[in-house]
Amino acid sequence: MSVSVENLSVAYRSRSGDVTAVDGVSFTLADGEIMGLAGESGSGKSTLGNALIYLDPRMKATGGKVRLDGKDLPISDSKAMRSLRMTEVSLVPQYAMSALTPTRKIGRLITDLLKSHRIRDRAEVLTEMKRRIELIGLKEDVLGKYSFELSGGMRQRVTIIMSTLLNPSLLIADEVTSALDVSTQRAVGEMLTEFRDRGYVKSVIAITHDLAILAQIADTITIMYAGRLAEKAGTDTIVNEPLHPYTQALIASLPEVGVRHDETTLTGIPGRPPSLVNPPAGCRFRDRCPFAFAKCTETPPFEEVKPGHYVACWKVSQEVAK
Amino acid sequence: MSALKVDQVSKLFRATTRGGALTPALRKVSFELNQGEVISLIGESGSGKTTIGRVILRLVRPTSGTVTFDGTDIATYSQHGLREYYRHVQGVFQDPFSSYNPIYRADRVYELIRDVYFPHVSDKDWNDKIEAALHAVTLNPGDVLGKYPHQLSGGQQQRLLIARALLLDVKVLVADEIISMLDASTRVDVLNLLIKLKRSGLAILFVTHDLSLGNYVSDRTIILRHGAIVEMGATAKVFGSPQHDYTRMLLSAVPELHKKWQHSPLGPVAVAGNGSAVATDIIESVPNGRVAPVLAHASVLDEQSHAEQVVKRDLRARLGGGRAVASGKSSVAVALEPPELHEFEPDHWVAEPE
Repeated sequence: MSVSVENLSVAYRSRSGDVTAVDGVSFTLADGEIMGLAGESGSGKSTLGNALIYLDPRMKATGGKVRLDGKDLPISDSKAMRSLRMTEVSLVPQYAMSALTPTRKIGRLITDLLKSHRIRDRAEVLTEMKRRIELIGLKEDVLGKYSFELSGGMRQRVTIIMSTLLNPSLLIADEVTSALDVSTQRAVGEMLTEFRDRGYVKSVIAITHDLAILAQIADTITIMYAGRLAEKAGTDTIVNEPLHPYTQALIASLPEVGVRHDETTLTGIPGRPPSLVNPPAGCRFRDRCPFAFAKCTETPPFEEVKPGHYVACWKVSQEVAK
Repeated sequence: MSALKVDQVSKLFRATTRGGALTPALRKVSFELNQGEVISLIGESGSGKTTIGRVILRLVRPTSGTVTFDGTDIATYSQHGLREYYRHVQGVFQDPFSSYNPIYRADRVYELIRDVYFPHVSDKDWNDKIEAALHAVTLNPGDVLGKYPHQLSGGQQQRLLIARALLLDVKVLVADEIISMLDASTRVDVLNLLIKLKRSGLAILFVTHDLSLGNYVSDRTIILRHGAIVEMGATAKVFGSPQHDYTRMLLSAVPELHKKWQHSPLGPVAVAGNGSAVATDIIESVPNGRVAPVLAHASVLDEQSHAEQVVKRDLRARLGGGRAVASGKSSVAVALEPPELHEFEPDHWVAEPE
């Protein structure tokens, strides 16, 4: 197991008390797995990703353990994490398009990065980097350019190259395709799978709200709802036979190419996710769920109902038990 | 009946950074929008789709060409005429979070139009009107009135803005990427709302970069590329049998739930530049002898070189001013010439390859 997360909880401090954005999340990630993490805005998916690399000082891990390649990851100790970032865990941040400083040329930015990580053999890393730049269809002259001279897709790809330069074990890719055009989306998505195939990164957590992109690139998909995991399974299972009512509703609300309004009327999910300040007890999807029943006032366990298929829903658990 | 006619509209933007170079954002775009019709305007970033919306809303003056509403060129409207125009033509934009002033309650957007358009309506009538508009966008007045923007979800905010347009006697709605910032679970509700409004006779210009959303709501589709129309016609025809290579490329790149991206049809390309040695190296070092991913990016490389061509054209355009272009006298007019459209089948127009 490359990554294992046990019972991780992450809270933000706020004036109205601690907001537990990630609440008791457990999952494992195999070597070479691309796990898609999907959910609505405010579901805690980005917080979960950020917590694995510990970047935001407002955020604190209030419980749980993360292990990477058999070693504990010191996720609440920023100093100890520093030597592991880039080399073991790396992040492509949300809005990566604006993550590049406008006052430095790309090449300079990368050299600075290597210096600050005390990489001795910089020449070798840079040669490898140029190889990768060619690989993704960019020209080497991007290194001599400023970030504003590149298009959004080029910037996004340069950021991914930078984040994966030292072959990290785990890459957290936060909304890397969201702000891009379809053709560029595809290029970036394929770049992620290719980098995994070539072993530049061992495993990837791809965070996005776009299930269709995940269906293309991910091996497994995890659905998050209001700070908890709702369902995790292989991509085909999530897309074709989802079990959690939330996943089912989410998939049903996506228009596909070829679906027209006069033939099929799609339906959204009524209501909103609950506030994470004093969230309701029990299943958090209860209020919007068409199948809710009495048992749902208790918190459902996130359990394996079929091999590799985890669901947190009483209805599903009961049906499986029968 | 045609509600709005866009005729040969071109727009040149003068860049301040490149020594006043001109960028053709729109190149002689013409189409008609009818009552009770949704047209989706699809294009990638930089294709000029937002500029069209802004020209129609008269936020941007076209360099040449006209937009006609009810038989009148909208450029001729004076202050009063423009106010009446806005009574019938309204826009809703991409980011609902920045459409509101966070200091005021969200329903202040209604008070603002009341001051201008309905100064003599009594409070009771006005409240009834608001309630009817909110019901039309399937919002419960009690849930949204008197709330601050941060207390509302993105979908609610976006529907409040559509309701604002409905308060006026709106006939044309320019919806510029109105659902791209919404969550998947609420997107569909806004889309279904647009369809409902369309059935009651509203003409909607649905600007988007998302092909599946455009396909879902629209009756007709226009595909834009670098400011020119490359394909246009009935949605079922454009999506059912796309004729232009660019449309096909876009469609093949759309991520779909039940179908994986296919690598093969795009065909191999050589990696550009003098790094050909590296290119072979890459192809050879692919595990399991699969096709190298550079090949799959052919479409993107292609787009980039096309963009470069357009930039070169800008440099030529620099020599002539916008006015010279409009009169058709300058050589720059050539640069603005869009690829020619021909009718492939009834209500399906395709441009020549550029």
